[in-house]
Amino acid sequence: MTTILTAGGLLTAVESIVAFCYLIAAAGFVVGLHLMNSPATARRGNQISAGGMVLAVAATLAQVIDSRLITTTGWIVLSLGGLLGAGIGVRSALSVKMTAVPQLVSLFNAVGGGAAALVALGDFVHLTTNSVASIGPRTMVSTMLDVIIGAVTFSGSLIAAGKLQGWVTGNPVVFPGARLLNATLAAVALAGGGYLISGSTSAGVLLVVVFAALALGVLVVLPIGGADMPVVISLLNSLTGTAVAMAGFVIDNTGLIIAGALVGASGAILTKLMADAMNRSIRNIILGGFGTAGNAVVTATGAGGDVRQLTVEDVAIQLVYAAKVIVVPGYGLAAAQAQREVRDLAVLLEEQGVDVSFAIHPVAGRMPGHMNVLLADANVPYTSLKEMDEVNPEFAQADVALVIGANDVINPAARRAGTAVSGMPILDVDHAKNVIVIKRSMGQGYAGIDNELYTDPKTGMFFADAKAGLAAIVAAAKTLIALG
Amino acid sequence: MSPDLVADISIFVLSVFVGFEVISKVPATLHTPLMSAANSIHGVVLVGVMVTAAASHSTLGYVLAFIAAAFAAMNVVGGYVVTDRMLKMFRRRPTTDAPTDGREP
Repeated sequence: MTTILTAGGLLTAVESIVAFCYLIAAAGFVVGLHLMNSPATARRGNQISAGGMVLAVAATLAQVIDSRLITTTGWIVLSLGGLLGAGIGVRSALSVKMTAVPQLVSLFNAVGGGAAALVALGDFVHLTTNSVASIGPRTMVSTMLDVIIGAVTFSGSLIAAGKLQGWVTGNPVVFPGARLLNATLAAVALAGGGYLISGSTSAGVLLVVVFAALALGVLVVLPIGGADMPVVISLLNSLTGTAVAMAGFVIDNTGLIIAGALVGASGAILTKLMADAMNRSIRNIILGGFGTAGNAVVTATGAGGDVRQLTVEDVAIQLVYAAKVIVVPGYGLAAAQAQREVRDLAVLLEEQGVDVSFAIHPVAGRMPGHMNVLLADANVPYTSLKEMDEVNPEFAQADVALVIGANDVINPAARRAGTAVSGMPILDVDHAKNVIVIKRSMGQGYAGIDNELYTDPKTGMFFADAKAGLAAIVAAAKTLIALG
Repeated sequence: MSPDLVADISIFVLSVFVGFEVISKVPATLHTPLMSAANSIHGVVLVGVMVTAAASHSTLGYVLAFIAAAFAAMNVVGGYVVTDRMLKMFRRRPTTDAPTDGREP
């Protein structure tokens, strides 16, 4: 934005200071992300990153004041909008339940993408109302990229948040001609963008581009099943970063370019990691719903075998007299909000001298790492949480593997070829001497196939809601200990 | 191409590589907090909103600036607060009798 940075000449003193503040802020973002390598330093990392952000905003404030361009109305608009957004942000961040964090992150991502698109739109409005005959292709290319990507992530993230919250159906929404419609919308957005880049300043065409991109965001996310939402949110997060970087190109602001590119790259890596952990290709997730691929696969075992059902007393006895118990928490535990009950059980067993650890599959919960957050929220120390590679060799020594609401991540069928979960890394629960599965029913996981572990002779099923079931087990174990 | 644009593109490309390197070492345990942390970093778009708001002099410009300011502030402030709430939990067991006497993590 040449209106603020004096074109051509040297920077003023304030502009120089602002530039260095952006540099320090950018370093803060990099160091902050780097400190997130370890749980012990992660919080400090986020605080350093936040410090960088405060510096960047303060420097920009100084620049805005120094430039003397902003009107009184501008100040009112900026401060009222800022206070409103900050208020809503803090309020929702402090009140959200830990199980609902993924949708809140998606919501924050949506408004970030929306803000990035609005920066470019605001710049366009400013330039056209100043009766500029044509905007240079350099600004227009980044404006178009910013508007299209920002609008897609805005509407897409809202739909993703809605799916996780249950406001939008979690099932894939598929209708005939959807792909053709998506391709048409994408073509319209790109053609409109191309027309504007070629020298037009038509606000009508820009509006068409915005609405085509918004519709595209909705239609791309709707056909994706709720189970794939974490990967989608991560991808949209990466896209928002890219949109912010593009906004940086529009207004020639290095702070935005650096931070946006950092997030764009990190989000892409994180998306890849998540998709790998679920044995899904990002391409397949975007192109179609999960269930569609699994329908063709019929498991040979599963339906044929008998299921051994356990009573709550059976479960309590096995657990209390075990030497080593490995708990495998899954989405069912998170959905039932049973983190505290499982913590109570672990504490009780440890008091009896039982070695209790938690085996965390990379995609347990709703997102990678989400289960760790839920258990940490219930005061389970992160040192007793073990990652898959670390815990898998330990199952052979475990007397009991206690599976709570997990399904696909422990399905031994993943080791064979030709099933919907084939190739997905799993927890070797079946190597334990005994397996207890707490589950509401024999229902299938989101891969839509039977789990042959349930019919394994050493597996006992305890059919209950995770929260109520665990509370009953704790009570039964206490009775048992009191008697013994 | 102007020297400014060349500089901007260089910064963009190098930042992408820094992003790849910094992130690829994070353990799965921290992926959700990390996504949230990265999410708050793109809240830096607030800086862009301030710059465009400073330049707007029309009703439409003000309306867009207001919505953008609310969106960006929500992203950046809420993002950092919720990330901090998550990370606050990654600490040693607070239920033990002596909470902070420097035991091994």
